[in-house]
Amino acid sequence: MTLAAAPHRELGLTDAEYDGICERLGRDPNALELAVFSLMWSEHCAYKHSKKLLRMLPTEGPHVVMGPGENAGVVDVGDDLAVAFKVESHNHPSAVEPFEGAATGVGGILRDIFAVGARPIAVLDSLRFGELDSARSRYLFDGAVKGIGHYGNSIGVPTVGGEVYFEPAYEQNCLVNAMCVGIARRERLIRSAAAGVGNRLVLLGARTGRDGIGGASVLASAELSEDEASKRPTVQIGDPFEESKLVECCLELLDRELLASLQDLGAAGLSSSSSEMASKGEVGLDIDVSRVPLREADMEPFEIMISESQERMLCVVEPERLDQVLALCDRWEVRATTIGEVTDTRHLRVFDGEELVGDMPVDALVDDVPLYDLEPEAPAGQIYPAPPARVAERCSAEDALLALLASPNIASKRFVFEQYDPIVGSRTIRRPQSADAAVLVLEADGGSGALAISIDGNGRRVACDPYTGAAEAVLECARNLACVGAEPLGLTNCLNFGNPEKPHIAWQLTRAVEGLRDACLALGVPVVGGNVSLYNEGGDGPIYPSPIVGMVGKLPDPEAVPRTGFAQEGHAIALVGMFAPALEGSELEKLRGRLGDALPPVDLPAHADALVRVRAAVRGVELPTAHDISEGGLACALAECCIEGDLGARVSLDGDEAALFGEGPGGVIVAGPRAAVDSIEGAIVIGEVGGDALEIEGALSVPVSELRTVYEDAIPAAFAG
Amino acid sequence: MVGALGVRARVLIRPKAGILDPQGQAVERALPALGFGGVANVHVGRLIELDVEDASQVPQMCERLLANPLIEDYEVVEVQDAAA
Amino acid sequence: MKFGVVRFPGSCDEVDALMACRRFADADLLWHGDSDLAGIDAVVVPGGFSYGDYLRVGAIARFSPLMESVIEFARDGGPVLGICNGFQVLCEASLLPGALLPNDSLRFVCRQVEVAVENPDTPFTRACDQGDLLSIPVKHTTGRYYAPPGTLPEEQVVLRYAPGHNPNGSMNDVAGVCNEAGNVMGLMPHPEHAVDPLTGSADGGRLFESLAMVPVA
Repeated sequence: MTLAAAPHRELGLTDAEYDGICERLGRDPNALELAVFSLMWSEHCAYKHSKKLLRMLPTEGPHVVMGPGENAGVVDVGDDLAVAFKVESHNHPSAVEPFEGAATGVGGILRDIFAVGARPIAVLDSLRFGELDSARSRYLFDGAVKGIGHYGNSIGVPTVGGEVYFEPAYEQNCLVNAMCVGIARRERLIRSAAAGVGNRLVLLGARTGRDGIGGASVLASAELSEDEASKRPTVQIGDPFEESKLVECCLELLDRELLASLQDLGAAGLSSSSSEMASKGEVGLDIDVSRVPLREADMEPFEIMISESQERMLCVVEPERLDQVLALCDRWEVRATTIGEVTDTRHLRVFDGEELVGDMPVDALVDDVPLYDLEPEAPAGQIYPAPPARVAERCSAEDALLALLASPNIASKRFVFEQYDPIVGSRTIRRPQSADAAVLVLEADGGSGALAISIDGNGRRVACDPYTGAAEAVLECARNLACVGAEPLGLTNCLNFGNPEKPHIAWQLTRAVEGLRDACLALGVPVVGGNVSLYNEGGDGPIYPSPIVGMVGKLPDPEAVPRTGFAQEGHAIALVGMFAPALEGSELEKLRGRLGDALPPVDLPAHADALVRVRAAVRGVELPTAHDISEGGLACALAECCIEGDLGARVSLDGDEAALFGEGPGGVIVAGPRAAVDSIEGAIVIGEVGGDALEIEGALSVPVSELRTVYEDAIPAAFAG
Repeated sequence: MVGALGVRARVLIRPKAGILDPQGQAVERALPALGFGGVANVHVGRLIELDVEDASQVPQMCERLLANPLIEDYEVVEVQDAAA
Repeated sequence: MKFGVVRFPGSCDEVDALMACRRFADADLLWHGDSDLAGIDAVVVPGGFSYGDYLRVGAIARFSPLMESVIEFARDGGPVLGICNGFQVLCEASLLPGALLPNDSLRFVCRQVEVAVENPDTPFTRACDQGDLLSIPVKHTTGRYYAPPGTLPEEQVVLRYAPGHNPNGSMNDVAGVCNEAGNVMGLMPHPEHAVDPLTGSADGGRLFESLAMVPVA
């Protein structure tokens, strides 16, 4: 077939890239090959602008079982158990159709987890939208939360935590980052490298339709009428019921050791899964698209290769095990079809029955992709517009506190988490808002102790200072784990940024990755996997640089895990850790209409030590209450402890607005019996639990009931009427 | 896709009158917000289409499976040749 | 006493229910495609999204081979407990009066609620006293109970949401009902998620404890 002039540009390839493809093929690509290359060489699949930068992240650690490069990172948690986890973005689809975009984001990350042989046991999500006074942002927020709830709840994996922020910079480009954690016996883990020439390639799960083809439809051989154009959807639709069968089927196939390798189908569908499997195994793959079960008749071979239909997995099976595999899939009512085989050609060859319709060297698709150097350039000052002012420049501490508690970035997220099921599976002992990290016990899985999981990131602080802001995200995540007594085992990250070809964005990305690296090195936490989402910008400019960090840790004693709420009248309240609050980059500054261009520097080794001491204190003494200080500063953290515990507090502090509302890493509030608190080295006692109001001497006194009303009503009020 | 069987039936299922229909109410509230006035009495139900050999069986299918007669009313609205 | 916990494609809380049952007696999972209830003294139909909630919640599960056996078992007086989706299946099977409708908020809601024991004289509540308050989580989108006027005698209301705790608009705050013979019960709250203080509350355990006391042949 002859191609119209320069369709490669319509597919997002540069002229130089097109020439590179021709060079590697030794000829021009045909339409199918062009479609496959356009996806495999896209930023999303190839990480052209970020791969070199990501090489600086530390990936080794004593607990690491699988690092970056596999479907998910895996760490050892003792007792022969391993925990797999990863975070991924689904930003652009969610901005188009928030319910399905977010739902399929969850579906996709679940598949990455059971693709390594782990049973998914928890989901967390990190979301960013524009301000809630925008109807569009309310629509996206509402849809995304419903979609995450729908998929997670239906498939029976608890959604145990997350975060959501509202900033003008995300108005046009929302962020939906989904994290999944799974558990496996170490011997059940499986890798994705295709191996064994002659082994069969088997496609499991849903039928293949035209989901996600979108832009590549320019390659369709038939002219589409207006009517038929609607048959080529860009939105992927998820089916959690199909995926629940797929999970059980795959895990049983692995239990019975029937698979040589396993891979999920995600972005770019069959093309990327098959070429990545072949690349890791240093083999070739022959695929016959006429054998792929289709949802729509008359699909062209290129459509079948790039379709992003959900709930599908690819596995490699030795011929003598094929019958057992097919029989097991049949019992689970999971469609299983042999669609190809492993070869020694090092090529991905696509057949349509007997006819060869595409032939591409695997290296050209996966390893030999052009990588670009970023050209970072620091901006002269803040590149983002100042946010609108909502609070007076001079106001009472009480007014400031209430304004902060009413700010959607701080206010209760009950509206969100009550739409999720955090308890299915019976592992969860700390539900959302009751503690700083989700805590899941391992007893039923044959393990000891519990896992702690958190996901964190604050795009606005990263916009002030990408290096420090990114390092702070890592510290915050580790601090949330420390508040439940957990030691971090590994980290996953999703880097959400604007257009990296723009020098200021390249600078943000570079500085943020450096900040991540340095914080991970200081804490001794390896990066075991992650994701990059670039080009998140529109006519109104780029999103705030948003490195999102997810961490998994372990704690030994589930019975002694603190909560955020104050527990008892008379308990002493103390400040522990290392806290140097400042107003730069704070939520109060945002409410005053200011966005700075700097943050106070962070002494990473000192913070690492402080975290170890906080964790030791939480583990070592009777501390029913522990809550880290983040958005809104110390006063907001105290208010949250009062609200959650339904108990007041009488506190005295030295200092000004910065002491009350300043932010920065390292501070933790603890409360417990006086003797216990006094025994913590370096703890500064600031007051006592009691009464029915939060009283900060000389600054404010507000009844807990009033704090609660403001805190709980803020987000629902945005949707009322 | 046209079936090889005799007729194509179309069944409408609606919530029984008198039972609270929050979906219908939500739609009724949303329409004015988009600029559509003069809308009332909105109810949200389901449509089921099927090719059948014997159309007289459709009401029984509704009674047994397709609808829950306790909370839903059903109506077989259209039966035509599948080839149409 | 041996519990049988049903597992449909799409069930979510069947293993949770199994673990809860095993705290009080023997228990096994029952596959929806089998119809054999031999050796089972009490059946638990668990929560989840059986068959994806396709068509109507519980509508398809109700016709599985195992459910045909469960219906016969119930008609013979065997104890059957339906939790959340299980409650929906039992209503579709006409083993219980009424039906479950979408929550009035139209949203999924997961929340710890208090329910009062209205009828302690059932095999499911014998370990409770009249008026006891049980703290148990709910998690559902379609939990608003409805029964046509006159079809639900007061003594068949087993559990009622405490004032202010009705999460879904259920008629008369009904949280759990039983059939006329008293051997079949359905409830929207999840007692299997309230059997261990570590996970929140152990109040739900009393339903399994009660069932474990039922004399067996």
